[in-house]
Amino acid sequence: MDRVRDLASKKAAVIFTKSSCCMCYSIKTLFYELGASPAIHELDHDPSGRDMEWALRGLGCDPSVPAVFIGGRFVGSAKDVISLHVDGSLKQMLIDAKAIWF
Amino acid sequence: MRRKQQKECGALIPNFKLPTHYAVFNSAKASGQAVSPDCNHIGTLDKTPTSFAINRSATQVESRLPLEKVQQTNLVSISSGYTENWGESNMADASPKTDISTDADTDEKSQRSDRGKLNAVVASDSSDRSKGSLDQKTLRRLAQNREAARKSRLRKKAYVQQLESSRLKLTQLEQELQRARQQGIFISSAGDQSHAMGGNGAMAFDVEYARWLEEQNRLINELRTGVNSHAGDAELRIIVDSVLVHYDEIFRLKSNAAKADVFHLLSGMWKTPAERCFLWLGGFRSSELLKLLVSQLEPLTEQQLVGISNLQQSSQQAEDALSQGMEALQQSLSETLSTGSLGSSGSSGNVANYMGQMAMAMGKLGTLEGFIRQADNLRQQTLQQMHRILTTRQSARALLAIHDYFSRLRALSSLWLARPRE
Repeated sequence: MDRVRDLASKKAAVIFTKSSCCMCYSIKTLFYELGASPAIHELDHDPSGRDMEWALRGLGCDPSVPAVFIGGRFVGSAKDVISLHVDGSLKQMLIDAKAIWF
Repeated sequence: MRRKQQKECGALIPNFKLPTHYAVFNSAKASGQAVSPDCNHIGTLDKTPTSFAINRSATQVESRLPLEKVQQTNLVSISSGYTENWGESNMADASPKTDISTDADTDEKSQRSDRGKLNAVVASDSSDRSKGSLDQKTLRRLAQNREAARKSRLRKKAYVQQLESSRLKLTQLEQELQRARQQGIFISSAGDQSHAMGGNGAMAFDVEYARWLEEQNRLINELRTGVNSHAGDAELRIIVDSVLVHYDEIFRLKSNAAKADVFHLLSGMWKTPAERCFLWLGGFRSSELLKLLVSQLEPLTEQQLVGISNLQQSSQQAEDALSQGMEALQQSLSETLSTGSLGSSGSSGNVANYMGQMAMAMGKLGTLEGFIRQADNLRQQTLQQMHRILTTRQSARALLAIHDYFSRLRALSSLWLARPRE
């Protein structure tokens, strides 16, 4: 959990993924489309990946990846991100966290 | 490998009949060579001399592992260096030598016998003289055994092929029956109707969808009456809310159906042909819908225009992101199925590879459900957001417009299907 929090606070937009996960690819694409450059952490290539995945599940992220953090705060999984994007909140959160400028 | 896994793997090997509306992967992109859904293809393969091909199809539902061993037990001496091939693309050319020449002096090439040579094995008495270690009687007996085994495999293969085509016919009939039922034609069924429906996820969903459409028509008519009679906002809001709640219902039904049969949803076979034209991840494209609506919703305030425009852009972006994820999935699946089809080392390594590949491919297919779910989530959120931006009356008109649009597409489908043909 500490590692998750630690990594999540290092950049305005942070996404935890797995290299084989295609939904993660979709969410990454969305962020790039919005002009953000999120930090990507692949759990399957991290030595403490299992613990991190467990921690993410503990936060209520289901499936565990993709797990999105903006401004150090847990935003949610793919479903949450898409919902927030549709109602305009995602963009605002990114602006507030200074991940994007407009 | 456990029996169940074997069965599943067996179901995934080349002879497995994929549903015909398996549109997502039914493209040149997929390594179509390796997986042939057509039984007839196996028929052409059968023309290769080897019992390898026959053995495969005959044992498709059973264990995949000891294939090679089965060959070995049937045959006496194995030619020294035959190629292990799992991919059907290899079938046409050099097939593994399962026809045994007892002549140890013959080189590998002549051991690639065709059917004609199989008969020659029986008459291999002449070559026997040069060998001398096995007597004539034994040779003849072995040849007869081989012949009998081969005939048995052919019979089994023919039987399995028959079963396959019967199964396909049965599925087609079931679908026809269900369609006819939907149209209200009374057809008495042998078993309990609800049981028959429940057993099949695709059919069950089709029925549920038909019911949903009926209810949708009813609600929309109510809404239309309300709008035309200039009903008050409060009254309209109730009906509008009920329509939106009803939309939630179809998304819930689709979510359940995705668990049961994701490919049915992806195929769009539950929709009419013209609707299928515009299919995106098992449903409509929200961004397109909004484009259609904007002109019909005027006059809109400045704020509303901005809101709708942003909504259009957001849904478009989300659609693009999901589409790209799907493409990545397709590519990944192709790669999984196409790597390492030719093994260099021993047989067990290749079988393990094959199983591993299939297991990975299975995992990837499992993620399709997630994509459909997110696509539906996007549709649902877009409708909700649209409702938030618009006034009650505008929402009512928007919902009417959406319904009318899809109704026309459905009517178009009916006309198309009924069109006179030469």
